[in-house]
Order: sequence, then structure tokens, then C-alpha cells
Amino acid sequence: MAQVTSPPDQVVEGRRPATGASPGPDAAGLGRARATGFLVPSMVLILLFLVVPAAWTIYLGITNYRLTGLAAANPEIVGLDNYTRALGDERFGSSLVLTLQFVLGSAVIGQAGLGFAIAFALRDRRGPLRRVVEAFVMLAWILPSSVVAFLWIALLDRDAGTLNTLLGIPGTAWLLDHPMLSIIIFNTWRGTAFSMMLYAAALENVPRSHLETARLAGASTWQQLRDVVFPRIRGHVLTNLLLISLWTFNDFAPFLITAGGPEQRSEILPVYVYKVALSGGELGFGAAISFIMLLINLVIALVYLRMLGRRKEKA
Amino acid sequence: MNTGTAPAPAPATDPAGEGPTIAVRHLLARIGRYTFLCAVLGFFALPLLWLATAPFDDTPTITASLPQFTLDNFRALLDNPYALSSLLNSVYLAAGTAALVVTFAALAAYALSRVRVPGRDALLYGLLLLSSIVTGTATMVPLFELAFRLNLIDSRLGVILILSGGLLPAAIFILKDFMDSTPTSYEESARVFGASALQIMRHIVVPVVRPGLATVGVWAVANVWGNFLVPFLLLRGPEKAPAAVIMYTLYTEGGQADLRLLSTFSLLYSLPVALMFVFVSSRYGFRFHGGIKR
Amino acid sequence: MSAIAMRELTKVYPNGVRALDALDLEIADGEFFALLGPSGCGKTTLLRTIAGLEVASAGSVRIGERTVTNLPPGKRDVAMVFQDYALYPHMTVQDNIAYPLRIRKMDRRGRAAKAADTADELGLSALLERRPGQLSGGQQQRVALARAMACHPQVFLLDEPLSNLDARLRLEARTFLKRLQRELGVTTVFVTHDQAEALALADRIAVMEGGRIRQVGTPTEVFRRPANTFVAGFIGSTPMNLVDAEVHDGELAVAGTRLPMPQDADDRVTDGEKLVYGVRPEYLDYSPEPVPGALSGQVVVVENLGSFSLVSLDVPTGDGVMDGVGDAVGVAGTTLQVVVPEGREPEPGDTGWVVPRPGRSLLYRDGELVSTAPAPAVPTARTGVDAER
Repeated sequence: MAQVTSPPDQVVEGRRPATGASPGPDAAGLGRARATGFLVPSMVLILLFLVVPAAWTIYLGITNYRLTGLAAANPEIVGLDNYTRALGDERFGSSLVLTLQFVLGSAVIGQAGLGFAIAFALRDRRGPLRRVVEAFVMLAWILPSSVVAFLWIALLDRDAGTLNTLLGIPGTAWLLDHPMLSIIIFNTWRGTAFSMMLYAAALENVPRSHLETARLAGASTWQQLRDVVFPRIRGHVLTNLLLISLWTFNDFAPFLITAGGPEQRSEILPVYVYKVALSGGELGFGAAISFIMLLINLVIALVYLRMLGRRKEKA
Repeated sequence: MNTGTAPAPAPATDPAGEGPTIAVRHLLARIGRYTFLCAVLGFFALPLLWLATAPFDDTPTITASLPQFTLDNFRALLDNPYALSSLLNSVYLAAGTAALVVTFAALAAYALSRVRVPGRDALLYGLLLLSSIVTGTATMVPLFELAFRLNLIDSRLGVILILSGGLLPAAIFILKDFMDSTPTSYEESARVFGASALQIMRHIVVPVVRPGLATVGVWAVANVWGNFLVPFLLLRGPEKAPAAVIMYTLYTEGGQADLRLLSTFSLLYSLPVALMFVFVSSRYGFRFHGGIKR
Repeated sequence: MSAIAMRELTKVYPNGVRALDALDLEIADGEFFALLGPSGCGKTTLLRTIAGLEVASAGSVRIGERTVTNLPPGKRDVAMVFQDYALYPHMTVQDNIAYPLRIRKMDRRGRAAKAADTADELGLSALLERRPGQLSGGQQQRVALARAMACHPQVFLLDEPLSNLDARLRLEARTFLKRLQRELGVTTVFVTHDQAEALALADRIAVMEGGRIRQVGTPTEVFRRPANTFVAGFIGSTPMNLVDAEVHDGELAVAGTRLPMPQDADDRVTDGEKLVYGVRPEYLDYSPEPVPGALSGQVVVVENLGSFSLVSLDVPTGDGVMDGVGDAVGVAGTTLQVVVPEGREPEPGDTGWVVPRPGRSLLYRDGELVSTAPAPAVPTARTGVDAER
């Protein structure tokens, strides 16, 4: 267990001088020692089961580690081969494009857009309609993904799906003809709840007087949104977009519906990694792609955080 | 909008012109709003229809339709050796993880909220970022090897610890926001009365942020309840397998899925999280501050 | 009940801000003491340092017989009422009041009885089962006071006690607070940025600026004889008129007029010296006709304040006297404000004459009062209290 306990200690050691340099206000009288004690359990778990596996992934990315065969027993360091191979791989490129479509379509436009629209439509409403709408949106979010995936397979089924029955167009193979559209709409359905709740909370922070001032000046609903609401909730919008973009980028649930098919037409990056690493057994190559994904995530996060930072400077 | 129905704002007429009167515009806006909300309701309810009808149908198909009412499907479920025990396993895992996550995250969020640590925000954002990336398929292999070396294979504790590690950053993030919005004067006044740090925590902080703790608890349970990958990787044999794993075996094993079993099990499996959500949201108000500092 | 004494008290924040700068202050046993100053002057830091919520960087704090400088807040035997009252939202009024007793391990029955007694004293008996969210601002304040009283501390500390109340309630609460303090007789220190509040409530006031105390005195002293131009400008519902002046043959030349030298200053000035002449609008008498020894000017604004009006006059600074003082403030003219009782208000555009009342004008050299004489005895005069909004 020595190996287990030493890394968190290093973290604690590393924090100490920093804390000592500026003992900030300490309303609860916790003291540095107890505050550190409060942090340690979480940090140990995070370090062990989050940071270590992430670092391990980076290491695997430079090996030819395989699930089976000779390289499974004795993986060799192959340097950056995996990375050059991934960047030159056409399948990786198209998968990246599909992933960006997926994020843009289902997270930025779908979840954030629909979530805001619902929150805005419900903003000063109490009573049963609001509760029912919110309950259904939330239900889509909290149900287990394996159940939800089957529900969508059933809904979109070619011959007996509820959607085709309702629309009176039996035989439309949604999952085969429009796989990306299907998983984009699926993910919008699945994740809108988070954005809706966040924007509902944000809209409560917009002072009524600001909206009323705009209305007195004759602003239309759209002008009110643009000039009063959005500037006020910009921080909420950016945080929301950051989180849902990252979650969507790494979402594996579409695999349960389309399995990446047909013909890799809905093979987003998480599915691609799964297929390469576990179906194909190329663990090293899969880890390298995972690491590239991690870097892309980092870029996305930094872009959002910069925008957030710029907002703070202005304020 | 996916449903094809956009919110129809009232036509913006120039106020001085001879456009519709204000009353008409209001009416149009109301109609637009209701149409939009009904469309939203339809969109979100439609896929759930099957879950409400199929379990009670004596010959369920994958089309949602008015059932020939029967409870026989549930009897079939009782005959399945692992169905009910898997739900119990899910309860163990979810309760254990939620307890761990809520306790640890509350302590950490409190310390981070009240004692200023330089680089605190960067650390939090960094961990959050990592957690949203690492929990997926990317780290399956390292996680498995790690569990193997720590002797956590086929152990519920192992699953709980690994899931907790993944959920903690976001939990700390959410809870810190709740803690930040609690006035420090609460704690200061208690300190002036002579309360110790632990008394302050017990008497004041925990009760005041209870909605936040409930939010994080529900969120953790919902996450564990639906998580398939980690228990699938780490737990051997169906005795310890949670419902997510059993559900997967139900629709992959033996070619054609048994819709009677699948539908009833889906319902039973979904019900606890749905009920928990209803309970917590009516009791505490399930809400987010959104993790936003101003 | 105890006196409080601070010696060389210094607080430097980690970011280098010196909130308290070697501050000396004594507060007598049973005194109702105000810390007054603009925001950022260090008054709240001082209060929190007495409470123990801030740790002093240097210096000492004594409460009664004990040095408490390094004691934690809970061991100082003080009670503090916060600006937002800090009532715990999840506890009833009774539990809130009883909370300090719970910390002191009093049994449940004992503290319920004690809380009920204290609530009764403050007229809160009917509210014991309510939650703070269901109370009005005034009721919340009383609950916070009751909670502070319940543990019989040696010292009460009140942070901006009236600032969260609306204007009408504030007057009511002010009277209530003063009476309560008289009845309890507990040493009480409160922080405020509102000079009227300080004048009305306190036995003595410390006026603070930039982490230092600029003047300590009774309300009458700081109102009548501000020790410096900062206090002169801060105290009073209208700031003191401050005009450039020059000493000539034992008299003062102010804006082209010769005025008599303030009594206790005449042997401390030299001929030709340039000083600042200060007189409160309340201590100027307005006349529509020329009067000897008056400053004259044109009425520009008349503000009706109920039983009196505040009249602003543009007074041209005389050429003869101010010659050669090119950089003086009042070269082009200066504005004087004067309080005029109801019924005698002039119209804007009128020419008016104002005469300072004898014994009420002051001289400042480099911003400090030119006098070491003690404040005069206190005849009943109009003070800032009735002049407030």
C-alpha cells in the first residue's frame, strides 16, 4: 500500500507552502491542518482512480500493447508510432469530424438551445404544466442508459417502431439512413435536463427591472434576450457549454444504439476507441487515440475558460 | 428544434404602427408558448411510452400500444434467478458510492470554499476536465489493471471506490457552489458563541446545504445506477452483478430478446431512480447553482 | 461587563493592505461606543479583531482583566450581531436564540426556558416557533439581539446594526437599541458608516480613516469641534463650510470680509498666516439685509428639509484680501451653505448675508484644528441629530 499512499502525500506537501504564503480568510476557523484533512480523502480517491489511470493511458499510448498475442505479455515501447499512425488514419479523421458534428448538433445546438428555450418558456410559470414538463425532461436524464438505449431502438425501429407507426411511414430505417441525426436527437433528448435546470437557475438571477426597462423601451422578445438576458447569464452559458461539450465529446451511449454503424457512419471517437482497443485488441493504439482526445478536450476547455476569463475582466 | 416546432414569438410590430393590438400580441405569444411546451412534452414523453405500456401487455411488441392488461410478465421476471438480486446489488453499489461521494465531497468542498488555497479554481477545473474524459472507455484497461494490483477484482468495494473517484470532482464542484453561497456570517457568529469547527459543520453547514447534499446524492445514485462499464469489468459472475449488467445480458443473450422480460425488468430497474428523484425534488427542490462563480 | 483596551493594534492583510495602523483606543465599562467612518476605513476590521474573527498582526486587545489578543472568538465572552443577522434559516426563532446555550452544553429544558425569557424581554414571544425567513427585518434584528443577549456576554459587538432596515423602521430600531443598551448596561461597540446613527446612539464615537482614529469624543464634541477637516466633513448631515482665510491684525479675512478671530485660536496664529475657516451651516445666521461682519453672496439653491431649509450661496472671494493667492481654492468664489428656519427661506437669485454665531467657528491649519482648548460646556443647541434626514 506504500505505493498507494505516497502520491496524495506529495500533493499535500505541495500545497503547504502555497497555503502558508497567504492565509486567506477562514470563516469557520478550520485551520490549515483540518482543511487539509478534509481534502485528503477525496484527493486520494481522485488521484488513485482518475489521475493514475490517465497517466497510465499516456504510457500505454507509446507502447504496442495488445489484448492478446505476443505484445500482450511483453509490450514494447514504440515511441510516437501510434500517434503518427492515428493522425494519418482516414478513419480517425472522419471519426473526429463526426464527433465534432455530434457535439455541435446535440450539445451546443440541441441540449443548450432546447434547454434554454424550455427554461425561458417556463421562466415565470408555476403549477402543473411546469412540473409535468420538467418531470419528463428530467426522466430522460436520470433513467439508466441501457434502458434508454433500448427505448430509442424500439422507438426508431424500421418495421414496428412507434415513430413510424405514428407518422404512418413504416419501413423508414432511421438508424440506417440517418444514423448521425438519430444519435444527435437521441443525445439531445437524453441531456437537455441539465441545461434546462442550469438556465432556469440563471434566469432567476436576471433582475425583473432590467427586463421591464427593456420592455418599456419597446424591445421585442428577441431584443430583450440579446441585450438584457444573454449579457447577464453569459457566465452560465459558457460554463454550461463547457460541461456539456466535454460530456458529449466523451459519450459512449450512442454505441448502444447504432454501434457506430452503418459503415462507421456514426462512429464517434469514443466508439472508435472502443472498437480499436477492445474489439480490435490494440490497446496501445487505443490509448494513443484516447490521449489525443484528451488534448482536444483540453483545447475545448481552454477556449471556453478564456471566454469566461474575458468576461470577468470586463466586469 | 428537433420536433420541428419552434417557439413562435409574437410578431414584433413597431409600437407606433397599426400592428396587432397588445392584447392580440399577448394572445399570440401565449399560444406560441403553449404550442412549444406541448411539443417539448411530446418529444420527451414519446420514447417513454413503451416503458409504460409494454410491461403490462400479454404479448408485448416494440410498438407502444394500449396493452392487453396483464401482470404475468412480472411473474416471469420473478422466475429469473438474477433479476431481483441484481437490483439489490445495484442498491448496494449506489448507496455505497453515494454515501462516500457525498461525505468526501462535502468535506473537500467545505475546505476549498472556506480556506483560500491559491490555484484552487485551476485545480478544480483541471480535475473536472479529467473526470469528464477519463471515466469513459479510454481508461478501461488501466482501471482493470489497477484494480487487479490493488486486489479489488470481484469486489463491490472496488467498484464503489472507482466510481467514487470518477464522480468526486464534479460533486466537489457542485457542492462548493452551494457552500460558497452560504454566508460566512453563519459560521462566524457560531464561532463567536464558541462553537468548534466540527460543531459548526454539524449544526449549521450540513443543515444549510442539505439541498446541495441531496442533489449530489441523487446525481451520484443515478450515475451508479446506470453505469454498466465498471461493474461489467470488475465483477465476476452474475451473483454480484448489478441491474445494468443483467439488463445488458437480457438483450444480448440468446439471439431474440425476450420482450416480456426486457420490458418488465426495464420498468423495475427504472422505477427506483425515478421515485428517488420525485422524492428528493419534492422534499428539497432538486436544483443547481450551476457551478458558477460570480 | 468590562472595559476594552487596545494598544498599538495593527492588522495587515496578506495582500499588504494595512487595515489597522498602530491603533490605541479605550472603551469604558458600560459604554455605548460607535466606530464611525467611510467604507474601507478599518472600522469593521477593528470590530472583528475585538471579536477574534481577525487575528491582530501586532498589538494587544484587553477585555476587562484579560488580554484576549490570541484567544479564539468563543473564549472572549463577547457576542456579535452581524449586519445580515446571521440567523440560521433551518432553526426556529427559539432554537436560534438558544444556540449559544446549546454550545455551552446547557440542557434542552434550561435553554428553552432561557430562550423564552429572553424572547419575552424583546417582545418576541409570539414568534418562537417561526423560522427566520418568516420574520420581518425588524423582527430578525430583535432575534439576533436576543441570541446575543441569551449568553450574557461581557461585550456586545454590533456590525452596522441598522443598515438592513428601511428608513422608518430604522428610527424605531434606533430608539429601541439605545433603550436596550441603557437597560442592560453592557459595554457595546457598534460599527456604522452613518454619522447620524453614531451621533444619535453612541456615548462616544471614534471617527476612523485609513486604519487610524482621527478623533474620539462624545457626539457633541465631534459635532461642535471636529479635530480635523476630515471629521468636519464627515460628521453632520451637511458638511461643515470650509473657506480659505488669512490672519490680519488679529482678525480673519474671509472672502472679502473681516471676521473676528475664534476665541481660543487668537494666540496661536501669526499675522499673515493662511488658514482654513470652518463653520457649520447650522451655526450661520441668514439675513436678507446687509449686516455688519457678514459674508454676502447670491442664493443659488434652496433645499427644503421640512422644518428648515438648506440654502446655498455663491460667495465671491474678495480681491483685496486674496491677492497673490492664485492657487487658493476659493479664487473664483466659494459656496457657503446655511440652515434657514421655516418661513424665512429666500428665493434663488436673492442676495443674502450670513453671520457666524459667536464661539461656533473654527480654524484649521494643515487640516488640523487650531486649538488645544477643551470643548466648551454643552448648552442645548441644535445638533446633527435633529438635522438628519
